[in-house]
Amino acid sequence: MSKKVVNVNIKNQVRNRRRFLKLSGLGLAGAGLFVACSDDDYNEGMAPMPPMENDIFDLGSGDLGVLNYAYALEQLEADFYTKVVNSFYGNISDEERQVLTDLYNHEVNHREFFKAAITAAVGSNTELVLPELEFDYGSLNFGNRDEVLGTAKVLEDTGVAAYNGAGRLISDPNYLLIAGKIVSVEARHASAIRSLINPGSTDFAGDDIVDVTTGLDAAMDPSDILSAVGATGFIKTQFTANNLP
Amino acid sequence: MNIVKFLDEFTTENIIESKSSRREVFSKLGSLSKKAAMAAVPFGLAAMPKKTFAQSMTSDPAGALQLALTLEYLEDEFYDLALQSGVLPSGRPENVYMQISKHEQAHVDFLIAGLEGAGVTQVEKPMFDFTVGGMFDPFNENGAGQDTAYAQLLALAQAFEDTGVRAYKGQAGNLLGSDFLTAALQIHSVEARHASEIRRLRGLKGWITNNERGAGMPEATQAVYNGEENITQGGVDVTTLGSGAPFSMEASSEAYDEPLSGDDATAIASLFIVD
Repeated sequence: MSKKVVNVNIKNQVRNRRRFLKLSGLGLAGAGLFVACSDDDYNEGMAPMPPMENDIFDLGSGDLGVLNYAYALEQLEADFYTKVVNSFYGNISDEERQVLTDLYNHEVNHREFFKAAITAAVGSNTELVLPELEFDYGSLNFGNRDEVLGTAKVLEDTGVAAYNGAGRLISDPNYLLIAGKIVSVEARHASAIRSLINPGSTDFAGDDIVDVTTGLDAAMDPSDILSAVGATGFIKTQFTANNLP
Repeated sequence: MNIVKFLDEFTTENIIESKSSRREVFSKLGSLSKKAAMAAVPFGLAAMPKKTFAQSMTSDPAGALQLALTLEYLEDEFYDLALQSGVLPSGRPENVYMQISKHEQAHVDFLIAGLEGAGVTQVEKPMFDFTVGGMFDPFNENGAGQDTAYAQLLALAQAFEDTGVRAYKGQAGNLLGSDFLTAALQIHSVEARHASEIRRLRGLKGWITNNERGAGMPEATQAVYNGEENITQGGVDVTTLGSGAPFSMEASSEAYDEPLSGDDATAIASLFIVD
């Protein structure tokens, strides 16, 4: 497993971590972890449960586990759109270029938000932060419109179902609100991508994803989401979610 | 339960008061077009009740669901009337409205069943006026003409969907630990799918940039978008988390939808409720 130091602007990271502390204290209490939420890096506080088992990172439990889980999904989305915008498929329309560029911007922002939030929450226990993941898209052809939009659709729908399913696992109302702020943007993305794939149709909120009887979108548990994501083979770095349902 | 009682101080007096103030605006504007007059009345401010039910009712799961049901009643009736009006062009607009209508009807049924299951008497469906006392003519009942009516149908749909997304989000905290949280989130994301499509049908991006209501939206709808410019998430200014386009003001505001308080959501809905 690669455990790279995440390299955003370090000064920002330290500053942000301190500003996050107030919010994060509650979250970790809910997570049942005993982390000293101090900005004093020398204060080890009480030892947290070891996150590593056989060198495989575990997302953790409670709010920390959910944040790491969201961070993993946002890393995947951000990485995918980075590749998309770095070499757009041929004959891309202005509208599609605009949508995909916006999605890239939003997902990179989300990724960095989670990295900063989790880093702040764990204080000196940096080993609890999900490392930067590595990705491999196999035979996915980024030069092919259908493959790019089809993958985007799966990723966005998956993101929506993941956040919807994870809400009940969050204890801290501040984290729940942030998840809510992000999930509706993912749903706006999913709708737009679906509309690009099948213009003029009802696919933006299609019968394949929104239950016809209840009018409810999908909601899935982390284990189901992660096995679906795992099946794509996109995420090379192994990690476990043994403490999430 | 009667919606007017439920809205507590939201009495007939308040309605008359707010309507007369709107009429005052109208007469002041004199010869200006209806469209311009419409733009002069802030969405959700004209009918702001002195004390809203949100303060007393939405701090618990049942109150959150009642607010949700009120908004779903509004959306459901709006799309029904839109489809019956003959204003919608066939093809994409009609397809989109039919699909959304189907979901809003399902949401109404689902919320009523949920409240009944919880032993709570649901609010009655209010009487709506989508013309807001004659300011709008989305169903082309008063001679606005197909084009104007269609533009208003789209503008109202956008305002309702973007309001719905913000209102559900604002209630998430009240549903924390409740069995209804997941279902509410599942409705919330459907509203967001709707909002994105309606916005795109209007030629806008599917997401909200800063607090921009978007081209062609009457100024009256600005209350739906105020606060969306927020870039501070979890105490951190997300524009500082990196450099380049993903951390621009635009992208940083677009990437996070903002909640609407129960009071603000109620104020917006109240504009369309006559009884």
